[in-house]
Amino acid sequence: MKKVQAIIIGGGSAGLSAAVTLKKNGIEDVLVIEKDEEPGGILEQCIHNGFGLQTFQEQLSGPAYAERFVRMAEELNVRILLNTTVTKLTADRVVEYVNSEEGAVQVQADAVILAVGCYERPRGGINITGTRPAGIYTAGQAQRYLNIDGYMVGKRVFILGSGDIGLIMARRMTLEGAKVIGVAELMPYSNGLPRNMKQCLEDFDIPLYLSHTVSKVFGKDRLEKIEMVAVDENRNPIAGSEQYFDVDTLLLSVGLIPENHLADHAGIRMDPSTKGPVVDDRYMTSEEGIFACGNGLHVHDLVDYVSLQAARAAEGAAAYLRNGSPKGTPLCIKNGNQVSYCVPSQFYPEDPAEKLTVYFRVRTPMDNQQLVIRSGDKVIRTLKKRKLLPSVMEEAVLLKKDMEGLTEDITVEITEVAS
Amino acid sequence: MMEKELICVNCPMSCRLTVQIEENKVVSVSGNSCPRGKAYAETECIRPERILTTTVRITGGIHRVLPVISESEIPLDRIMDAMELIRSAQVKAPVQVGDVIMENILGTGVNIVAARSMDKFSCSDTSQK
Repeated sequence: MKKVQAIIIGGGSAGLSAAVTLKKNGIEDVLVIEKDEEPGGILEQCIHNGFGLQTFQEQLSGPAYAERFVRMAEELNVRILLNTTVTKLTADRVVEYVNSEEGAVQVQADAVILAVGCYERPRGGINITGTRPAGIYTAGQAQRYLNIDGYMVGKRVFILGSGDIGLIMARRMTLEGAKVIGVAELMPYSNGLPRNMKQCLEDFDIPLYLSHTVSKVFGKDRLEKIEMVAVDENRNPIAGSEQYFDVDTLLLSVGLIPENHLADHAGIRMDPSTKGPVVDDRYMTSEEGIFACGNGLHVHDLVDYVSLQAARAAEGAAAYLRNGSPKGTPLCIKNGNQVSYCVPSQFYPEDPAEKLTVYFRVRTPMDNQQLVIRSGDKVIRTLKKRKLLPSVMEEAVLLKKDMEGLTEDITVEITEVAS
Repeated sequence: MMEKELICVNCPMSCRLTVQIEENKVVSVSGNSCPRGKAYAETECIRPERILTTTVRITGGIHRVLPVISESEIPLDRIMDAMELIRSAQVKAPVQVGDVIMENILGTGVNIVAARSMDKFSCSDTSQK
């Protein structure tokens, strides 16, 4: 069996950043495996701007951001295998891939970094009754058809879900001449970034229906009509609130889920709150030498954080290749009150990382709250937060001295500011 | 004096701006985290401007369309006219990121440039376009 020092599965924003960082950390033998015909991943279809403010201190489009990382990878002689799909990963780091030139190949890696991205929740993942006509797409799928393949998917469009991709597609379809009739959001607040509410909906007078959902679709061959209903505080449909819109296209922007078939098969422990692997402060999963990063670990809000976090995972992998696993038994980093998850969710009190950024999201929008990080009853840090939104990824920094010698799990929680 | 709440669209931070307006002039901006926020508030209250991103047809490339971006903001009320013009454009591969695709669009002084490089499609590529 062929041997490679480090294999990165996925050549998108996470995989490219991890590859560049491994090289910079002296790991020479790096192989990136990418299923598409070019590297860059989802960035290639995200043609809107707003990427790179943290990484490059300028605003770039998605493809331009990807190109910067592809150039860096090329300069560092990173090997990227294109048009190649990984079909299997084992706990002892055998990677099986397939492409049209080599057929099915098995490679033994000393370290594996999962940078596999996420997928969109499809129609089957939510309860929309009715027929099965053409014209129902996930927002990202429509985005790919339009921005890479150059095809418009419809003329009269309704969008379910106010996540960022849904909002961005509302503007994109409008610019290309389609009529976007409206956007329905199940929650009483938008799930997109405030800037996208402004520049994608308000700029084009596209109505947003909060606490509404699409309950039924009509049409034999092609979508003809949708039924929208209002929902109560328990998200149940309110009888009599039905409204109908004649549309030929319904775009679904109803959630992203880390893609984890490979990790599951390798027996890697999953975190039910992120639906990605459980990782420690070096981004190592429950299986030794297998690391995870990017949207396959947890769904990020900004690509800049994907790049940053993937670099941390690559540093973890480089340290593992030099020194092996961290010492001692790990403790957990738990999500407490109003926090929906924490990543990473483990650390080594006997051998902590120099600095650990814990990423988390809150459950509901909140104003003027206090972030509390504690280990048992011992408060490590408190931080005032003016505005907290579920659509925005939050972070809390832990230093080596904060984690060293702790005997109880760390909890990250939100408490009301005592006034 | 009129007070207006705005959301800055310059970057994903989406800063909440409070703008004081007097006789159609912005007299103060607060809530911004950088100078761009102040500039945004000033134009937003008079004539909103946006970066435009879209695609143009490309021949001989690995894809059928090439993403393009306006080098700087153009007036929001001209965006649809700009789209009309850009839709008629066609370019030939290869293209380098930053190549000017349309100069001085609608006389705004802003160029529309390639948002990525795109190589020529070669027969050795396994994918057919």
